[in-house]
Amino acid sequence: MSLFKVENISIAFGGVKALNNVSFEVNEGEVFTIIGPNGAGKSTLFNVISRIYQPNEGKIYFEGNDISKVAPHKISSLGIARTFQNLELFENATVLQNLLLGRHIFKKTNFLNEMFHTPKVRKGEMEHRLKVEEIIDFLDLQHYRDTLINGLPYGVRKNVELARALCTSPKILLLDEPSSGLTNEETNDLGFWIKDIQSILKITIIMIEHDMSFVNKVSDRILALNYGEILASGLPSEIKEDAGVKAAYMGE
Amino acid sequence: MRFIFKTNYAQDINMARHGGDRFWYGCLILLMLAMPLLIDDFYLGEISYICILAIAGIGLMILTGYTGLASLGHAAFLGVGAYTQAFLLTHGVPFYLSIPIVIVVSFLVGAAIGIPILRLTGMYLAIATLALCFIAEHVFIRWEHFTGGNRGMPVPQPEMLGLSFYDSATFYYFCLFFLIASMLVAINILRSPTGRAFVAIRDSEIAAQSLGVNLGIYKALSFAISGAFTGLAGALLAHYIGYLAPDIFNIFLSLTLLLLIVVGGMGSLHGTIFGAIFVGFLPQLIAICRDYLPSYIGSQPGLEPMLFGLILVLFILYEPLGIYGRWMKIKLFFELFPTYKKQTFKKQKVFTKTDRV
Repeated sequence: MSLFKVENISIAFGGVKALNNVSFEVNEGEVFTIIGPNGAGKSTLFNVISRIYQPNEGKIYFEGNDISKVAPHKISSLGIARTFQNLELFENATVLQNLLLGRHIFKKTNFLNEMFHTPKVRKGEMEHRLKVEEIIDFLDLQHYRDTLINGLPYGVRKNVELARALCTSPKILLLDEPSSGLTNEETNDLGFWIKDIQSILKITIIMIEHDMSFVNKVSDRILALNYGEILASGLPSEIKEDAGVKAAYMGE
Repeated sequence: MRFIFKTNYAQDINMARHGGDRFWYGCLILLMLAMPLLIDDFYLGEISYICILAIAGIGLMILTGYTGLASLGHAAFLGVGAYTQAFLLTHGVPFYLSIPIVIVVSFLVGAAIGIPILRLTGMYLAIATLALCFIAEHVFIRWEHFTGGNRGMPVPQPEMLGLSFYDSATFYYFCLFFLIASMLVAINILRSPTGRAFVAIRDSEIAAQSLGVNLGIYKALSFAISGAFTGLAGALLAHYIGYLAPDIFNIFLSLTLLLLIVVGGMGSLHGTIFGAIFVGFLPQLIAICRDYLPSYIGSQPGLEPMLFGLILVLFILYEPLGIYGRWMKIKLFFELFPTYKKQTFKKQKVFTKTDRV
């Protein structure tokens, strides 16, 4: 059975049909990439999955459970983490604080015992820190622990956002254009990391991406969207040859 | 320059970063304890007032500086705290019980107001809290059974263990104790998951939500915690003034608190202390300056609010990080001397923040 399933999702903003009857399934352990021209509805789809938008129709299943009515702040504790297209980091906080926020769903203390910094709070903080350090080692962020996000170059910020998503110990990771704004070298590194996330951390990845060579390198399966509808889906080699995709990207 | 060699994660959690911190804050506390020996009653009263302002400042700083929610109505919480304290003491509740009750009451009032009001953001929230300030003032006038209305209400000064608040040194020690306690509690909240969630809400609501922060609950919590601190300050303020009248808790007091956190430095607890010293001493400074100004300027009645407004604008324009920000720059200048570069604190170009969702 598939880990994650989207069934007949439709959403319209006024007269604009951003998504129209979109369905797909993602299997455990794969890298599933969503491609499509600008305005195809890719980011809308992500926002529907992370429950920021309420779809007009359709259902979303995760591990067999319908999550299309779950509150947006509960999504991450189910095991779905995401990054954002235009970076939504906490800019006036350090990298470490950003990553520790990734552990928010695992906090066992409330503000009453935090007020007095009881041993339980300290123990919790240390546990969170250990997990965060694992991710820091995984993504080579050791240099930046105490730097404010404000002062970081773009590539590192992208990396921190990926790290923050990983800190929530997700089962599914939604990456919204992870390679945009990165240099070739950084994109290569990202490719290795994505493979590592897949094989070492055993996390399923759903990714929106434009860089086709990168997409072909890391994806197991691809879904092509255009004007809110599914154009094609299948293996990278099939998508490359698909007539509809070619038409959407290069013109008839 | 000091290099801190970290060998344990606890070093990032501890309050004092290194021995120097412990030494200097220790010195500061000793100085504050010795204060009654050093200065006369009048200035001791002023410093007590600064402590009270600083406690209220901590409250507003948590809400505005850390959670990013503006409030123009915090005088209302000072009023709630002050009237509750006066009411309880008049009805024979001892001081050591009345203070916890005041804190709980202002916490609950904060939560009750916060839950509906926090659906608004930015400008609209500011206006709603402004309305809160006016409504509260009217409640204090009309609810005569509780507040004595426009006639006002005397605040009984507690006496216990042979100590009396009429003695300015005793009152000063109480204010100092509550300031230090509030500071410690605030630091503890801010270095824990709850405090981080506040910062997350301030910097990006959408990311906070996707990381599992329940926006409604944490915003209301921030409002309630902020209300509790400000209510405590209100209770002490009641003793400081001695006689409560509704027009004390007007919009001007709210703006003073806002000035306090902006001038002190947004998003830093140090800033509340700097800001409190600043707004606490400013009226004195203006009073002193009046004598030296030509009488057609010096005797103008609106001088104080005008200068407050002017200073607020100048700080926002030229030193958005406030006195604490300036202090950091000065410190860094000496640490890096002679290689300090002005550009260090230049804000980097912010990357696109288009379609935020």
